[in-house]
Formats: sequence, C-alpha cells, structure tokens
Amino acid sequence: MLLLAGTIPIKGLSLLLGKIDVTEQEVMVDDQVLDINRGTAAMMAAACTVCQEYDLESPMGLVAGDIGASDGSSEIYEYLANNLSRMDVKVLTFHYIMPNIKWNQKVLEKIRSLKEKPILIADAGGMYAAKAGGDSGCYDIFTPDLGELAFLADEKAVHPTYTRGFIFHMEDDVPELISRAFKSKNTARTLFVKGKVDYICQDGEILEKIEQPNIEALESVGGTGDIITGVISGLVRAGKSPVDACRIAGKVNRRAGELCHPTPATQVKDIIECIPEALTEVLGRKG
Amino acid sequence: MRWFKKDKKKGVSHQSEPVTKGLLIFSDTADVMQAEQILKEENYDIRVVSPPPKYRSGCDLCVEFPLVEEVVITRLLKNIGLVPIDVLPASLNGLKPLQLCKTKDFGQYVMVRAANMKITVDKTTKKIVNISGGGCPDVPYLAYEMVGKLLSEAPEPTFIGSTLCAYSLNTARKEMLKIIGD
Repeated sequence: MLLLAGTIPIKGLSLLLGKIDVTEQEVMVDDQVLDINRGTAAMMAAACTVCQEYDLESPMGLVAGDIGASDGSSEIYEYLANNLSRMDVKVLTFHYIMPNIKWNQKVLEKIRSLKEKPILIADAGGMYAAKAGGDSGCYDIFTPDLGELAFLADEKAVHPTYTRGFIFHMEDDVPELISRAFKSKNTARTLFVKGKVDYICQDGEILEKIEQPNIEALESVGGTGDIITGVISGLVRAGKSPVDACRIAGKVNRRAGELCHPTPATQVKDIIECIPEALTEVLGRKG
Repeated sequence: MRWFKKDKKKGVSHQSEPVTKGLLIFSDTADVMQAEQILKEENYDIRVVSPPPKYRSGCDLCVEFPLVEEVVITRLLKNIGLVPIDVLPASLNGLKPLQLCKTKDFGQYVMVRAANMKITVDKTTKKIVNISGGGCPDVPYLAYEMVGKLLSEAPEPTFIGSTLCAYSLNTARKEMLKIIGD
C-alpha cells in the first residue's frame, strides 16, 4: 500500500486511518471530509489522482488534527511506531507534522525491523525531523524548496528557521547547496529541489533541471510543493524509480500550473483540478 | 501589554561578553513567542535562540535574557502564567532564528520570504492572497486564518501559531509591513 501520513489543520480531529477518496473539491479519509486546498490534503489529492491514472488501489491516509500543539502529530508518530509491522506498506510519505526527533526515530527503528523496508518519501515537517535527527540517510526522496535546501545544507541548523545567514545568501548557487547537503549526509538519496528551476539529484549529482514552462506566479501559491510530493508518491507506488517519478512530477506540476493560468493569488485547488490533463499529456509525451 | 518600563541596554558585543546571559526554557514554542512579545514590550534586552541540545526536539526556541534580571523577568512571566520549565546560563554560540528576508515583486503582488515561509500580498488591496512554504502543522492553519484578510487585520502568526514556521512567517509579515505599510 501507499500510506500518506500527515496532520490536518482541524483542532481536535481524532486519528483517522482509511482509504483516501478524492473529488474535485474534497478529499475524504475514513468518511471525514478534508479541505483539498491545504497541506496534507492537497498532497493526498495529487497522489490519488496519479493512482487513478494507473488504476491502482487508492492510497491510505493516516491523519490527525493538529494546529501546532503537537497533539495530532504525536498520535501519528505513535500509531506508526506501534503498527507499521502489521500494515504491508510499500511506500510511505511523511508530510506536515511537528518535527520531533525522538518520535521520528522510534518510527524509523520500527521501519528498520521490517522484513521489507518501504520506500520513504519526506517533505515538510517529516523532512525537518529526519534532518534534525541526522536520519536523512534512511530516506529515499526529499522534496525541499530553496529555503529548505539551505536548511539541509546547514549542518548546524535543526529547523529552517535556524539556517545561518551566510547559507541563506547562497541560494543563488543551488548546486553548491546540493553539494553541501550531500557531503554532510543531510539529504535523502534522491532530491527534488523545487524552485524557479527544479533540480533532480541522486547521490549528490544533478541529473536534470526542469525550467519550462516557467510560471513565475507558482512560487507564491501555497500547495504547489504538496502537489509535487503527492505526484511523486503516486508514481513511485506505480513502479517508477525515484528519479523518474521526480522527472514526471516536475513536468506535471508545471504543466498543471500552466493550464490553470495562475496569478500569485491562485489557490492550489485550481491547479489540482488540472493534474489529470497534465499527467495525461506528460505521460503521453514520455510514451 | 505594559507592566513597567525599562531602558534597553545596548552597545555591548556578544562576542566580548562574559557569560552574563541566561536561557528561559519553556515546554512549548507558543509560550516562548508569547514571552518574547511581552519582554520586548517591556524593553528587556532579550532575544530568542535555539535551546541547548538536551532540550531540542526538532522545533524549539528559548529566550535569552540578561542573567542579572532573572528574578524580575521570571516573576513578571509567572504573573501572567508563563512559567519556564528551566532557567540556565547561556553559552555564547546559540543559533539565532533567521531574520533575513527576500522579496519578489510580481507587479500587482509582492512576496516576502523568511527562511522557509512566504507571504504574498496584493499591493492595491493590501490583502494577503497566499501563504506558502513551511512544514510544521500550524502552517495550513495559519493560511486559513490569514489568507483573504488585510495585512493589517490578519492575526499575527506568533499570536495564533505555535512553531518555528509561525515565527518565520511573522518575520516575513513584519518585512511586508515595512514594504507596503498597513
């Protein structure tokens, strides 16, 4: 199964585990309706769309309400640490969650004990916890934006907010940041760096840059990174290699953005609606 | 909020100081941000920094303060229900939250980024049109509460948020206020 784990910004929402269903405006996990327009739910919608394209079973969602108090995050970590061995997870994506090094390491300890290790993808708080704990090497794919790449490249920072100024100013030299992050062992094996130019890297080497179509407005739209993480998750579940999944996801995100003619005020649900068409085009182009 | 005024002490390099600073450790980041706000309003020479490793869980802040003012500061905070879980001397090399911002002008819109958080505002209406980036669980919540509102009327991220992402978003918000005014 593809398991997508992350918090939902609903105070007091209990832990839910269930098949994810998606419509044009909503995502549902275990009959709970979630707003498609933000964070984990946007990522889930994108992953579901890819799974539908490939006639795969729907991903499973593991969500809990958390607006910053760590309550839902703790429930997710605890559930994973206690139940992963019974779940037959092939691909596991960590998304919005309070970065908690100790809890994350408990989950990783459980994963290491499994007969078959799932492919691990991390974005957002899931990625922060991995890096802060020195556990990046356990993961297969990270999907940072430029600010997060600077965090990965700063061996002393435990959160992007603590990235040192001289590294923050190195963002015009993305290859150097990638190199620093790799040398300090603070990246997953495959890295998708989201930005004006998307970089796809493996083992510290830049394999491909995606620059077209260049839609400037997308940088300001909250949730475009969530789309990329979701599309990558779905494609990996469909059997694509991490690098191929990143290549396709980068193109799909840009094309979906282009199709919805965005402004900096566009909301991500409008882009999500265009994913099926973008996916068909991109996959068609790839043959 | 104002309890009593103090003159801010300035002009001493941190590099040349002996260990005269202390750290207020709180159980969660929301308390740190509230304490920072109150102590700054009272003109105490404080700043937020990364806590020592034994207190780090992945999303943490603490308040660095002049040790000589420990009693009055902790009493002030206690009176409003903010009780640190520990108070200890500070090392001189604690990491500071990034205060640098980058700005991108889209014509009608302007975007400011601090660390991993971005805020975009319509220059004409001064409404927040997007919040992006971040990874802590309050980021989508902050977006719900702030997007669509006037920059001057939207709640401050450090009032309703609880994490370092909220802290960075507030840094970006303050820079945005400098750029377009309220």
